[in-house]
Amino acid sequence: MYSTALNRPVLTDTFININKRTIRWGEFLIQSGLALCALISIITTAVIIIILCKEGFSFFQHIAPAEFFFGTRWVPLLEPSSFGVLPLVWGTLLVTFGAALIAIPIGLASAIYLSEYASHKVRSTVKPVLELLAGIPTVVYGYFALTFVTPLLKTIIPGIQVFNAFSGAIVVGIMVLPMIATLSDNALRAVPQTLRQGAYALGATSYETTTQVVLPAGLSGVMASFLLAISRAIGETMAVTLAAGATPNMSLTFLESIQTMTAYIVQISLGDAPAGGLAYQTLFVVAALLFIITLMLNVLSQWILNRYREAYD
Amino acid sequence: MSAQLDEKLMIPGQREQAANNKPAFAEESILNLDQVNIYYSGKAAIKEVSFPIAKQKITSLIGPSGCGKSTLLRSLNRMNDFIPEVTMDGLFTYNGQNLNAPSVDPVEVRRHIGMVFQKPNPFPKTIYKNIAWGPNINGYQKSLDELVEHSLKQAALWDEVKDRLHESALSLSGGQQQRLCIARALAMEPDILLMDEPCSALDPISTAHIEDLLFELKTRYTIVIVTHNMQQAARISDYTAFLESGELIEFGVTEQLFTMPQKQRTEEYVTGRFG
Repeated sequence: MYSTALNRPVLTDTFININKRTIRWGEFLIQSGLALCALISIITTAVIIIILCKEGFSFFQHIAPAEFFFGTRWVPLLEPSSFGVLPLVWGTLLVTFGAALIAIPIGLASAIYLSEYASHKVRSTVKPVLELLAGIPTVVYGYFALTFVTPLLKTIIPGIQVFNAFSGAIVVGIMVLPMIATLSDNALRAVPQTLRQGAYALGATSYETTTQVVLPAGLSGVMASFLLAISRAIGETMAVTLAAGATPNMSLTFLESIQTMTAYIVQISLGDAPAGGLAYQTLFVVAALLFIITLMLNVLSQWILNRYREAYD
Repeated sequence: MSAQLDEKLMIPGQREQAANNKPAFAEESILNLDQVNIYYSGKAAIKEVSFPIAKQKITSLIGPSGCGKSTLLRSLNRMNDFIPEVTMDGLFTYNGQNLNAPSVDPVEVRRHIGMVFQKPNPFPKTIYKNIAWGPNINGYQKSLDELVEHSLKQAALWDEVKDRLHESALSLSGGQQQRLCIARALAMEPDILLMDEPCSALDPISTAHIEDLLFELKTRYTIVIVTHNMQQAARISDYTAFLESGELIEFGVTEQLFTMPQKQRTEEYVTGRFG
């Protein structure tokens, strides 16, 4: 059988030429077009970083970094001016901490319910609703805080100010909750079914299986969702500007008006400071600080995801 | 029906003893299946299956892919509870009690009827914690250290891991992981150990390890094993049930089923003519 195939005469008249390499211009154009589009976002990011660095650098030629980073008074527009950024950082941390305190337990509980307990029908109803919540414009949340949450708080705590950190923390918490719930749900559902079965086969209850096997196995994804939500809360602007006000303040309570870094940027961008002055430059240096904080959180969450991801096949 | 099966359970010597008015039961059965039907979304996957599972013996379930042997195995410790589409009827009698009675706690069932799965599924915890976890959540009072050592020794894994008990179980090889899963199941001191093709994801050397292990274990445990590998069933089991398309074609003493099958279908399967 094989010998017949080998003994077949070579057909010289049907020579197949494979030396036909040419440049395919259409292919080249499409490839360069796609690369250019990808480049646009990279260039934009680079330009933003360069501008932030440049303006920040000239700011620090007038103001000592120590005063900026450790000063506790933020009065950029009035004389005598003072450029201690801590009140803005404090305002941001206060709102973020409050938001995390609300969003992390509720978000994680929702994720556990959705991935481990809810029937298919319930999950397919609840998840789109959660995603809808994530799609509401943030200014609506701010408005909601001002016209609904704050009056409600006032009935419980009469002394609360019209603009206060509490109300801001609550709405930012509600805002990042779907993010935690959705991302944590995905992380838990990525835990292989065989692990759950292994636990059940040892006589574990649903609760034991969830808290002691599934949650530890999906922990890296859950932690990453927390960090991304915190990073989002730190960068959140409109809701906190509307809810928490514009008073740089190192208040320990949630009841007074504060100002976050983002709210300050809004205030200045709306025209409170003449272009080119020192107050104008504070815009960039605060933005740079904000950028560095959120960047660090995002890098950290990526690192946690990669470092602690268990290799399941 | 039941009497007929009990007869098949007997090995030849005992059959003669039975004839001499000795007790009719050749083996004490720990679990009994009677007219069992299992349905997937209303479609029967197991039809009218009845056979006993003998205490401290190895019973193997063989048959072509999709014959329902894994589904049947999972019904023995209520693991099908997690698949909402699955319904069943018929009687599963475990130690004289109906396994599916409304008053039965499935968690309690699984404490006594353990399971080893097709693919090794160690928890992403240390080797030690993989073993200790089950007894721990079930309120084990005695020394966990001793239990871990004993279980790993029973699973022939102790010598390989004794110096790295607190390393992640995921650092073990596939064969070691599967022996860890067996050790984990043994730590619960189960009444019955169910094994769903435990060697199918393993290389021949690891498979040989596990088969040796099963030989040792059968003196202390009742084992029900699903296998795709007929040589394995013939080598290790005492009784064999051959299923095809959800029906029990033949059940009997392994040696007889493989050498003198009663049904033609069985003969065709065990001689490798199909499946």
